[in-house]
Amino acid sequence: MSATTDHLAASALSSQARVETPFRRFVSDFFESKVATGACVMLSVIIFIALFAPLISPQNPYDLAVVDVMNARLEPGEQSWSGDLTFVLGSDGAGRDMLSAIFYGLRISLSVGVMSGIIAMIIGMVVGLMAAYFGGRTDTVIMRIVDLQLSFPAILIALVLIAILGKGVDKVIIALVTVQWAYYARTVRGSALVERRKEYIEAATCLALSHRRIVFRHLLPNCLPPMIVVGTLQTAHAISLEATLSFLGLGLPQTEPSLGLLIANGFEYMLSGKYWISFFPGIALLVTIVTINLVGDQLRDVLNPRLER
Amino acid sequence: MITPTLEVANLRTHFFTKNGVVKAVDGISFKVDEGEVLGLVGESGSGKTVTGFSIIGLVDPPGEVVDGGILFHGRNLVELPDEEMRDLRGSKIAMIFQDPMMTLNPVLRIDTQMVEAVRAHKNVSRDSAYQRARETLVAVGIASPDERLKAYPHQFSGGMRQRVAIAIALLNEPDLIIADEPTTALDVTIQAQILFEAQKLCRRTGTAMIWITHDLTVVAGLADRICVMYAGRDVEHGSVDEVLDTPLHPYTYGLIGSVPSRNRRGRPLHQIPGMTPSLLNLPPGCAFRDRCPRATEVCMEQPPLAPHGPGRTARCFHPHVNGDKSRRAEMEAESK
Amino acid sequence: MSVFIIRRLLQALVVIFLMSLIVFAGINIVGDPVDLLISPEADQAEIEATIRRLGLDRPWHEQYGYFLLNAFKGDLGNSFIFAEPALKLILQRMPATLELAFAAMLIAVVFGIPLGMYAGLKPDSTTSKTIMAGSILGFSLPTFWVGLMLIMVFAVMLGWLPSTGRGDTTELLGIQVSFLTWDGIQHLILPAFNLALFKMSLVIRLARAGTKEVALQDYIKFARAKGLSSRRVVLVHVAKNIMIPVVTVLGLELGGVIAFAVVTETVFAWPGMGKLLIDSIQLLDRPVVVAYLLITVFMFILINLVVDILYSILDPRVRLKDVKA
Repeated sequence: MSATTDHLAASALSSQARVETPFRRFVSDFFESKVATGACVMLSVIIFIALFAPLISPQNPYDLAVVDVMNARLEPGEQSWSGDLTFVLGSDGAGRDMLSAIFYGLRISLSVGVMSGIIAMIIGMVVGLMAAYFGGRTDTVIMRIVDLQLSFPAILIALVLIAILGKGVDKVIIALVTVQWAYYARTVRGSALVERRKEYIEAATCLALSHRRIVFRHLLPNCLPPMIVVGTLQTAHAISLEATLSFLGLGLPQTEPSLGLLIANGFEYMLSGKYWISFFPGIALLVTIVTINLVGDQLRDVLNPRLER
Repeated sequence: MITPTLEVANLRTHFFTKNGVVKAVDGISFKVDEGEVLGLVGESGSGKTVTGFSIIGLVDPPGEVVDGGILFHGRNLVELPDEEMRDLRGSKIAMIFQDPMMTLNPVLRIDTQMVEAVRAHKNVSRDSAYQRARETLVAVGIASPDERLKAYPHQFSGGMRQRVAIAIALLNEPDLIIADEPTTALDVTIQAQILFEAQKLCRRTGTAMIWITHDLTVVAGLADRICVMYAGRDVEHGSVDEVLDTPLHPYTYGLIGSVPSRNRRGRPLHQIPGMTPSLLNLPPGCAFRDRCPRATEVCMEQPPLAPHGPGRTARCFHPHVNGDKSRRAEMEAESK
Repeated sequence: MSVFIIRRLLQALVVIFLMSLIVFAGINIVGDPVDLLISPEADQAEIEATIRRLGLDRPWHEQYGYFLLNAFKGDLGNSFIFAEPALKLILQRMPATLELAFAAMLIAVVFGIPLGMYAGLKPDSTTSKTIMAGSILGFSLPTFWVGLMLIMVFAVMLGWLPSTGRGDTTELLGIQVSFLTWDGIQHLILPAFNLALFKMSLVIRLARAGTKEVALQDYIKFARAKGLSSRRVVLVHVAKNIMIPVVTVLGLELGGVIAFAVVTETVFAWPGMGKLLIDSIQLLDRPVVVAYLLITVFMFILINLVVDILYSILDPRVRLKDVKA
């Protein structure tokens, strides 16, 4: 209470031009936590690596002209036999630089996770808004499906879908979208139901605006904060799930090795003590998931939407 | 002279929060004799409940009793080791809470909650503890106790639950009962019944009682003496009749004026202007001065507790002492 | 109470019926059931025999009838690979999975509840902060990678525990179990702990949140005012109240544990039905996949039923409300 007052007073004092906008308020609240700030920085680094992997990697791990089997299974820190490259994190069974493989893997893992997240969010949002806005039977049917799906573990649904559809990047994305959309639908419906009862929607209805305009221009923007939170946490979940599927040999193909596949590839070497082939991709995966989760947790605390987990 | 059951001397209980020190209780003294009922009166936030918890030793961090003594039969409870204090709780000193809907554990049967209270202090068999629970329920006027003992709290009405809570307080025949607004959440008729039972029990067993309330009408019929609290301090002491008829402190005066009465029907109720001050960083001086019609320069300093006749004290530089117009006369003057 | 159970049973039956419809529709929508359920290597006569046996030449409502009938008889088709009834294959491997799942739940509860309660009672202590940081990690760590690391540390580097397989089993009530032999227990520890980690984090969070909330309730203060020892207050008054959400969520999560056993079983080569599922998916042994799906659905519904009943036993308020309604 008094902290808020102080805060307001301080920002009022500093300059007249700096108005306390909701966004500024959000930013300052968000970075109040040191852990969240650190996570945010880390996440930026990870995204940077994923975006610019081809530019910053020591080698292109999938260019057969560069990768040499002579360099296979080198320990972290060893040099390639030609002496032109140091394998900071060692090399894998085919002689690839693990650091480069991880950079590329991060790129694939993140893009699959984010892409499936965006598609699932769009589907979930439309369906959830429909349920909330139209109510009645539409709502009942949609929410029954959502509840039924959410009562089954994500991994099971994903496995069954892969079993039916087969392997491949597109199939994995379909599986991840199917697993996730229901969370978004439920969240958006929850907040839309609350918003719908408010007077501005009534006002919009009285103005005889079209359903589409009311739903997307008036209702949707007010339901966004919880969606952002769910989106962040779900993306972490999707990345983890994709890694699991790839590890089980049911995810991405060998030509597009995500972090999960890198870990799986190192499994056979682990029993002979060559830990780094599995260990470092795992650490990369772990750091990615933890940072996204930390950012998501802080977003939830700051935006404070009515969320049940 | 006999030692009083309880004597609280200059008690201070502070809460060390992130935003600063909240002086919830900041110097309060009173005593309660055997069989006597003391009404501890004040607005919400005046420190009544914290005083109660301080006596029974249940002030949780960040709260702490920082100064003063709580003498129970002459033993200072503040210095008592935890285990001895635990043993006193529920056996010699019992407490009844405000909201009967919240004081009984919803997932435990009444018999469990009563039997454990007996067995925490006496090494008796489950059966005899059960019999004791049964007797006590009958004593507080609960019919068919066996059936009731097998029930869960949610199967009881609010008044019934408060009777059960009172029965639990009485299980081990305590010497002192601290009742923290036990009738506030109840209907008026139930309230009257509970008050009647409480009074009867005190008279019969000689139990001392501290009845914490914000409701003057409740203490009027029940208490022997009154201690008025404001912003963590005691501002006035005296017998019920004295305090209610000739209040000394302007706060008490205002408090009494704000109770609707048949005799003043149709006239506007008197109200104390302003709000209870925040106990965080309370400025020095009389805490009531911002709301007080009689405040002067001198009130910038903390007034001492000054005697006004036997057993009568007030913490004010400008009390409504004899010679002033009587309360009623002043009221009438105001309303014209 | 019995009214309550009967009502829940009826609800469960309705859900089973619905799910069978969905699975049936799923098989028919996604592909031709003839392709899905008959081995591509079967010759024409065999295909026709199976089509007749499964009733695949009939209209869809009759097919559904056959599907139900066959499911009731326990005939979910034969495995292409093992040439044995799919159901039998799965039931053979189920005890191993269940043993693993229950061991994991046990670990999650035995460690998770005390840790969570401690973190809830003393939220500001360093130990509690460590516990909570650990639970965030437990949430974020991918199960399979933790499994690999466990093998690396405890089996490869330290050599304390075996890395794969189930070890010696003994027969208990006609079921092969591991936990009665020392060798079996040794084999069980790592996979069970691996599977437990995620749920343990969940239990810690639930127990902590519950404890924090319950500890502030008047009835806890009242219990202390009665002079009860803090042990009794925590172990009876707090614990019994936080058990309600913990048991509910855990019960519902048992299904998740069984599903997630797929991963752990693959890492530790644990011969359960999850490993069978993965192998079957990779070998395109579809009857086994369908059978696994049906059995899991059935188990889920059963679990939900049991949880509901347990819930009503733990929380007297629910019981009463339901009988009245």
